[in-house]
Amino acid sequence: MTEEPVFELKNVGYSYMDGLTALDDISLQVMPGQRVVILGVNGSGKSTLIKIMDGLYFPTTGECKAFGVPLTERQFRDEEFAFSFRRKVGLLFQDPDVQLFSPTVWNEVAFAPLQLGLPEDEIKQRVENALETMGIWHLRERAPYQLSEGEKKKVALASLLSLDPQIWLMDEPTANLDPRTQGWVIDFLLSLADRGKTLVLAIHELEVAQIVAQKIYVLGEDHRMAAQGGPDEILGDDDLLTQANLMHIHRHFHGGDAHRHPHVHKHDHHG
Amino acid sequence: MLFHRRDFVARTLAELTEALQRAVFTHRYARLPGLLQRIDPRAKLVTLMVFLIGAGMAHRMETLLGLYVFSLFLAIVSRVPLGFFLKRVWFFIPIFAGIIAIPAIFNVITPGRPVLTIFRFSDPISLLGLVHIPQEITITQQGLKGASLFVIRVADSVSLAVLLVLTTEWMRLLSALSAFRFPRMGILMLAMTYRYIFLFLRVAEEMFLARRSRTVGHTPAREKRRWIAGGTAFLLNRSYNLGNEVYLAMLSRGWNGKARILEELRLGWLDALWVAFSILILIAIVFSEKGLI
Repeated sequence: MTEEPVFELKNVGYSYMDGLTALDDISLQVMPGQRVVILGVNGSGKSTLIKIMDGLYFPTTGECKAFGVPLTERQFRDEEFAFSFRRKVGLLFQDPDVQLFSPTVWNEVAFAPLQLGLPEDEIKQRVENALETMGIWHLRERAPYQLSEGEKKKVALASLLSLDPQIWLMDEPTANLDPRTQGWVIDFLLSLADRGKTLVLAIHELEVAQIVAQKIYVLGEDHRMAAQGGPDEILGDDDLLTQANLMHIHRHFHGGDAHRHPHVHKHDHHG
Repeated sequence: MLFHRRDFVARTLAELTEALQRAVFTHRYARLPGLLQRIDPRAKLVTLMVFLIGAGMAHRMETLLGLYVFSLFLAIVSRVPLGFFLKRVWFFIPIFAGIIAIPAIFNVITPGRPVLTIFRFSDPISLLGLVHIPQEITITQQGLKGASLFVIRVADSVSLAVLLVLTTEWMRLLSALSAFRFPRMGILMLAMTYRYIFLFLRVAEEMFLARRSRTVGHTPAREKRRWIAGGTAFLLNRSYNLGNEVYLAMLSRGWNGKARILEELRLGWLDALWVAFSILILIAIVFSEKGLI
């Protein structure tokens, strides 16, 4: 028996109220347990795509199915479906500030399991486990606004871990983090993959894609799907990456000699 | 954060953000083992309404002062520091009540026995035969009494509402509102505002800092006004997007308009006693107003 995809998008388009196109004719599939990376530059529509997959936005054209069910506004009015979907799918927002709205870290981590009606003892257990796994037990009484960016990201991840969703949608999980926290987050993502979780990452960092991805979809600056394939195939295609603005060429120095070759910018300078 | 004294907007924003961090986001008093903290938030909501009705019905200064002293007593037994409590209450009163009450002390609004003459015209003034201004502008005894009654009534109401918020954790308060079938949209707005005001202020503060970092020397007042107008439009747009994102983040983690808390709310004997006591106070106010006690 063939496995059913957890997400199946067919010709999805999304336009904002002012007519601006965010996504155009996007088709993709995510299989259970797969590690999928959506690569694209800022403004290519990655965040919108991931919000469509979380049932927060709805396609203006085409169809987005999760677990074989089309995600529509009408479908989410069914509380039973909404509860079951939210239990299975978690979304990490790009800006942790919008995700952390509770008075304390503890409340924040308990928010999702509480909203989804888990039993009291289980909630306490899950919150404690999540705080300990993330190494933020000592922050439990602090207010989210008192935390550093790295700590906020860990709290945001803990707030999903306490829900323990089967599918983790993540919008720029490693952006704006110091190298140590970034490395820590990548390790955490791989540990989720080891546990059989399905990961969908919307990112623009090729190094992270290289480490995490089993399958890569590239969004072009024209908001259309530029390419799809395995990591070696996509990340080895300099022309594609240059065209998608994920890699570029300009003069720079190597030991005093200025020269040109394609590269990406990151903390270690060379990609 | 240090700001030049004249940089009023930037200083106000920084202070507002700090005040919000300290006041709105603190729930240290909600966890202290005081009297009001032991009472179920639903019982507290009911009694707040009862006390507010009482304050609205009372017209005698003694009754209203008694209610105010009672609110101070509640603050003490709930371990809320009096200095902090008084500052929080009396910060708002001059702004909201003072503006309305001050004109009422003059004989132009409230005629009566003069206490102090402020100004004397050569003749009484009549504007189009509709508005009559007497020859002497005086503060009247009746005006002073009316204004004091109004201010103390507002002080009573604000004190009781502040006590409710200070001694109740935010989610428990929202949960109590849910229990009373308060509209979900209203609860959602309260829940979002809580987080969102702070984010909004932070964005505004950063905008001002960014501008300061690019400003050298004196900026003409006209240029400043133009910048403030442009900044306000940007903030409005930004606040709309931020509000939307916060809402989506709540929705994504299962929010359906009903606030839930870990411990089930349970009404006990103390809650029943507290509600009964507040009703007794209301009855006492009614009798006192009718001169029966």
